[in-house]
Amino acid sequence: MSAAAAKAKRAVRRPVSIASFAQSENVRRDDQHNEVEMLMPVVAEVFANIGITKNDIDFICSGSSDYLIGGPFSFVTALDAVGVWPPMPESHTEMDGAWALYEAWVLLQEGEIDAALVYSFGRSSPGNLNEILALQLDPYYLAPLWPDPVSVAALQARALIDAGKGSEEDFAAIASRSRKDALSNPKAQVAHDIPVETLLRDEYVVSPLRRHTLPPITDGAAAMVLAAGDKAREWSDKPVWITGFDHRIETHSLGGRDLTSSPSTAKAADVAGVADGPIDVAELHAPFAHQEIILKEALGLDDGVTINPSGGALAANPIMSAGLIRIGEAAARIASGQAARAVAHATSGPCLQQNLVCVLEGE
Amino acid sequence: MPESEALHASHVLEYPYSRSVGPVIGAFLTGLRDGRLLGVRGAGGSVIVPPTEYDPATGDDTGELVEVGPGGVVESWAWVPNPLPKHPLARPFAWALIRLDGADTAMLHVVDAGGPDQVATGDRVTVHFRPAGDRIGAMADIEAFVPEGGTA
Amino acid sequence: MSGQTTAEDLGPVTTLATPIRLDFEFTPGVAQSRFLRGLEKGRFVGQRCPTCGKVYVPSRGSCPTDGVPTTEDVDLANVGTVTTYCVVNVPFAGQSIEIPYICAQVLLDGADISFMGLIQQIPTDEIRMGLRVEAVWVEPEELTPSLASVRYFRPSGEPDADYETYKDYL
Repeated sequence: MSAAAAKAKRAVRRPVSIASFAQSENVRRDDQHNEVEMLMPVVAEVFANIGITKNDIDFICSGSSDYLIGGPFSFVTALDAVGVWPPMPESHTEMDGAWALYEAWVLLQEGEIDAALVYSFGRSSPGNLNEILALQLDPYYLAPLWPDPVSVAALQARALIDAGKGSEEDFAAIASRSRKDALSNPKAQVAHDIPVETLLRDEYVVSPLRRHTLPPITDGAAAMVLAAGDKAREWSDKPVWITGFDHRIETHSLGGRDLTSSPSTAKAADVAGVADGPIDVAELHAPFAHQEIILKEALGLDDGVTINPSGGALAANPIMSAGLIRIGEAAARIASGQAARAVAHATSGPCLQQNLVCVLEGE
Repeated sequence: MPESEALHASHVLEYPYSRSVGPVIGAFLTGLRDGRLLGVRGAGGSVIVPPTEYDPATGDDTGELVEVGPGGVVESWAWVPNPLPKHPLARPFAWALIRLDGADTAMLHVVDAGGPDQVATGDRVTVHFRPAGDRIGAMADIEAFVPEGGTA
Repeated sequence: MSGQTTAEDLGPVTTLATPIRLDFEFTPGVAQSRFLRGLEKGRFVGQRCPTCGKVYVPSRGSCPTDGVPTTEDVDLANVGTVTTYCVVNVPFAGQSIEIPYICAQVLLDGADISFMGLIQQIPTDEIRMGLRVEAVWVEPEELTPSLASVRYFRPSGEPDADYETYKDYL
């Protein structure tokens, strides 16, 4: 897309604000609550933050995967956490909640609704993530071999090292910084201050990935309220606006693309207008430490940009929510005045196959 | 267990999927059963392995099937010191993206190399099929790739 | 070419079996655990919505109308009313009950939602809406935190319920 075309595309957008965000505690194992019980406090909080109820919402969109708990149609029963009677317009994506957010945002662009609830949930603890995530791969050529997500990410990390774009020391430095930053994130699951040289003594899980380069296994949920029109101003004195939003996908064939770059992120960043102004903060959904290097390059972020002040997915990686949480964390930095313009990113699939980029700005 | 604590139960889900493979994947799987490796020519003339009905770069239909391998080059690899129960090999092995001779893309499989110091990017490997009578037309018909000149 | 000749006999590969088995450690959550523990004691335990007052059995922990937690446990009767039913004549994989049999929605006295139960000890051509039924439990030593603790429902002998008493629960 030419710069002029991209600008024209962005120009037609209706301003949409992130009016409220909430997330659960991120824990290794919540074995006490079903999905409804896990979501209810989060949904209650996201409404209470701005003093609204479900009756103020025009549309609901959720992101989750029934494979995680082995409960077919658990996304339908999860609606009980909101209480959708009388019946409400509702949709679901078998994707991270960031994509549910995108769907809600598109509907808000149409102008027929003014407010949407987006939520996502995932418990990784009931099943075996290594096996479940293998099932997102090509079912003919890849899934029958059961490549686990760590192994697949390790192939990408090795390619990055071979290409001279990163080293094991670089990966450890990202992990060390992220989890140190997570010490100030009350929702973080893994937060500590461990120097790089100590981390590099970790064993390999799958070489070249050592334990510290992996995301934690997390149970968690998140919710967000989007608002447009009068409601955006009604619900916030200083709205956080979505000023660019796009997502792109690459081939699922791992051997059919360059694993050391992310053209889908770069394309989404171009359409979302990341480079149209300075970026203060970036919240990047990089479950494996080395992926931050690829994303930073694809988004064109310079060293002055604060990356993942929340600790990112290395601090807590609730599957299906970790991307939505990046957007919520970036919005929080703007709402608090720490940043004027931020970019948030979410990923899905193996080795950064699908990528979503959201640009946020204050006033 | 206190009344306040939630119950737990083990729960097994089994899906006995049987997939139609279509003409191109079917040809590749038939090739595996026959002990040979096939790719498909993409829109720009490149050879895609494993083959797809479409060129992932352009979305165009792919063309003729071409035989590739049996040797190839390791483009990336990852050493698994502790194989998981469903992994193709029970002993430590390397996952590898292997660009077969005559191919322009890499395919994922395993390299049975003995140790992490026995495999490197750029190494040449060759396919090691299961015995003909054990092959069914599936990725597991390839037992592993092995270092070229080495033994399985 | 490899020279294999068996392929011609076998024909091309047209399907691929990709069986999947996944193991989970499932939790029904706090509310449903209370319901299941009640079954282990031979009784039905529901939960009331603090907003609308409706009683759900089993409760999943929220009122699906109001979206608020249901925290008040409510002991329900062992008797209820058949709100609707079907007679199953079709055998299927995993079936453990001899066909034909009656599958019904039973509205327990005190509950605001019906749940599915097996009806026995009545000829299939005599089943009807409004039939009053009672739960027949397994022997005390066989009770578990599972719906398997309820063997089936059978006619309670009471007169049929008036349609007005269950018309809002169909």
